[in-house]
Amino acid sequence: MDISDFYSTFFEEAEELLGDMEAHLLALDVDNPDMEQLNAIFRAAHSIKGGAGTFGFEALQRTTHLLENLLDYTRRGELTLRRDIVDTFLEAKDMLHDQLDAYRQGVEPDAEAMARICEVLQKLALEEIGEPAGDVAPATTVAPSTPPPASGGAGQPLSVALLGVSESDRKLLIEELGQLGDVLETRGEDDRYEVLMQSTASADDIEAVMCFIVEPEQLDIRSIPPEQLPVPVKAPEPPPKAETKRAARPAVDSRDSGANSSIRVPVAKVDHIINLVGELIITQSMLNQVVEDSEFTGDGGFASGLSLLQRTARDLQEAVMSVRMVPMDYVFSRFPRLVRDLAGKLGKDVELITEGKSTELDKSLTERIIDPLTHLVRNSLDHGLETPELRAAAGKPGTGRLTLSAQHQGGNILIEVSDDGAGLDRERILAKARSNGLPVSDNMSDEEVWQLIFAPGFSTAEAVSDVSGRGVGMDVVKRNIQAMGGHVDVLSEAGQGTRTRIVLPLTLAILDGMSVRVGEETFILPVSAVIESLQPRADDLYTMAGGDVLLKVREDYLPLVALHHAMEVSGAVTDPTSAIVVIVQGEGRRYALLVDELVGQQQVVVKNLETNYRKVPGVSAATILGDGSVALILDIPDLHRLSQSKKASDAVARNSTVLSSKEVSAS
Amino acid sequence: MSNLVSVNPVKKAAEISSREFLVFSLGDEEYAIDILKVQEIRGYENVTRIANAPDFIKGVANLRGVIVPIVDLRLKFRLASADYTQQTVVIVINIGTRVVGIVVDQVSDVMTLTAEQIKPPPEFGISLPLDYIHGLGNLEERMLVLVDIERLLTSEELAIVERVGE
Repeated sequence: MDISDFYSTFFEEAEELLGDMEAHLLALDVDNPDMEQLNAIFRAAHSIKGGAGTFGFEALQRTTHLLENLLDYTRRGELTLRRDIVDTFLEAKDMLHDQLDAYRQGVEPDAEAMARICEVLQKLALEEIGEPAGDVAPATTVAPSTPPPASGGAGQPLSVALLGVSESDRKLLIEELGQLGDVLETRGEDDRYEVLMQSTASADDIEAVMCFIVEPEQLDIRSIPPEQLPVPVKAPEPPPKAETKRAARPAVDSRDSGANSSIRVPVAKVDHIINLVGELIITQSMLNQVVEDSEFTGDGGFASGLSLLQRTARDLQEAVMSVRMVPMDYVFSRFPRLVRDLAGKLGKDVELITEGKSTELDKSLTERIIDPLTHLVRNSLDHGLETPELRAAAGKPGTGRLTLSAQHQGGNILIEVSDDGAGLDRERILAKARSNGLPVSDNMSDEEVWQLIFAPGFSTAEAVSDVSGRGVGMDVVKRNIQAMGGHVDVLSEAGQGTRTRIVLPLTLAILDGMSVRVGEETFILPVSAVIESLQPRADDLYTMAGGDVLLKVREDYLPLVALHHAMEVSGAVTDPTSAIVVIVQGEGRRYALLVDELVGQQQVVVKNLETNYRKVPGVSAATILGDGSVALILDIPDLHRLSQSKKASDAVARNSTVLSSKEVSAS
Repeated sequence: MSNLVSVNPVKKAAEISSREFLVFSLGDEEYAIDILKVQEIRGYENVTRIANAPDFIKGVANLRGVIVPIVDLRLKFRLASADYTQQTVVIVINIGTRVVGIVVDQVSDVMTLTAEQIKPPPEFGISLPLDYIHGLGNLEERMLVLVDIERLLTSEELAIVERVGE
């Protein structure tokens, strides 16, 4: 086995360790640091360094080495923490992350950046401690609780037992141990292979290094009395070190218990299971159909078995779907750092409060919500919350509050970003809207005014700062959220703050669909896009020049889009008065969709068409119906564009091509 | 009638010089494709039409939860007739990570051809463009047209696969 086989394990573990390190650094109380946290940070750095050394990632090893030494001084109380020192540590952590990414992509990390951060760390060590950080060999750093090594320079004698480790792994481990100390003797079999060595490294350190190759349970590290070398006998009692280690663990473990009891599974595997469960359900409903058709009665045992199968299959589907769900903590956990950095840069005091961290959301959505949320948080910090002086003048506490919350609401998740800052400025928004040529009036309601900030190219920031206002506006936020099938709105009160509410579906894998029939074909409309359905009367239909038809619905005139025309279905009902129209809304545009018949409402499993085929105009995805056939899910805004472009190409005979392509792009 | 023939895609290339081919017919001509590209063979049923696509894209079908496009090569290459009968079958092909079904008139058998039996393609006389032809297989009385199915299905001409940057 090649050592590179362990690379991915190392990358994943190192990534987690860096995440832990950041979380601990952020939670650290600078004036009164918690020993446990300092130890945890140190351990993380140390484990990464060990792994980096094993795999020959020199830049990573060197940087962690410097950081680790500083951390060691910190935990021994020789280096007094300050906010700027924590900042430096965080910066170093970011650097480690970059280096890790570089190695992951198989390239050498940026040497210049490394030299810079190393210089900063060394300078810090020099100024605070009075000695260069690089001089202290990391392996000699010993936890304060550890008694000094018994036998001077060579370190303490240790017995490292490897339990159930294969021969190839063993070779790597022994090589690794050789770097930590002198290996004196090896013996044993696969199930228990003992390595006797002398090392200045603590049992903890050895374990941390070896954990990249074996599980902690596979290790049994004991110190042994020196006189028993090299004729080692098992130490009668574990040394006190082992106890301190155990005592130190729970505080960290309780936080990580969720991670420890989980497994990593590629998303593709989960999707495959979801597919198969979907098939199971289709097969089951097919069986139901067969039984109904054959009027087979039997003795009732068959029927009850079948209904049990149905129930189990549904439960199974729900259970499998829940595998894709991850807690919002996954998203929220990246904000403490962002808020801290930005608040520092802007000279504001901000307290970040997160609520509903355990609320679950589909993994694919959590990834896509990060950008819009980041934008909103930046906005709140930059434009919403005031400086301590301004807040004091307004009679508010100097520290601003920024709250991120998540909660379930029916089949949706409600995510809120709220601050207790200055609120939106109604007059400035109106003035800006006027200068942008938007139709506004002074007697618009507040809600209507707040909606204006979602218009493209809208930013009331007086100066473009590097925090927000970089040309990516609220319109992008709104578009991203709409693309996820959600919507966003803003509540604000002058002097009291701003609250942005995002409502998203819990998953993109399942959709509330309304099935409609056109000719012989069935299509699915997203229920979220449907407003109402009605049978049009001849009096309400107005035919315009160019063949467009408008339908009058109460006060509004809506364009009529015939689904059979857009989707080229033959045998459909063409007379609107004997068909059904569904009023739909997408991307803020409303229109009337002409269909033959409404079939019903059902939850459908969304299947990507582009996996094996390509994007189809007017269609967002596909699903599988109860009879095993495929139905297309319509993309409401795109369907409108498709219908317009079809009309335009019909009109090519009459107009020039240039004109019709203008129509298309304008639609 | 979903699985007429089940083909094991994991076959060791025991001899480099001979390869196995799946033989099928389009109209009067016999074609053969590398059997390692074939995932399975199923009946032509339950295909959902896709609007605004070329006529040879018959639509999409459900293959155990996976949505697979179905292409009718007979329509693409203007063969005399494209009927859908009991014999009409879909060969499900794996190209890279994608799965595509092709409609053919009939699947006849699996054959082993040695390197000597494979001749360069003729200049004309075949319905498929030469770009997608490996060569001709000579088998006693029969002549098999060896199709480079991967190249054919990923071609811009068929436009099944969306190109990057499109």
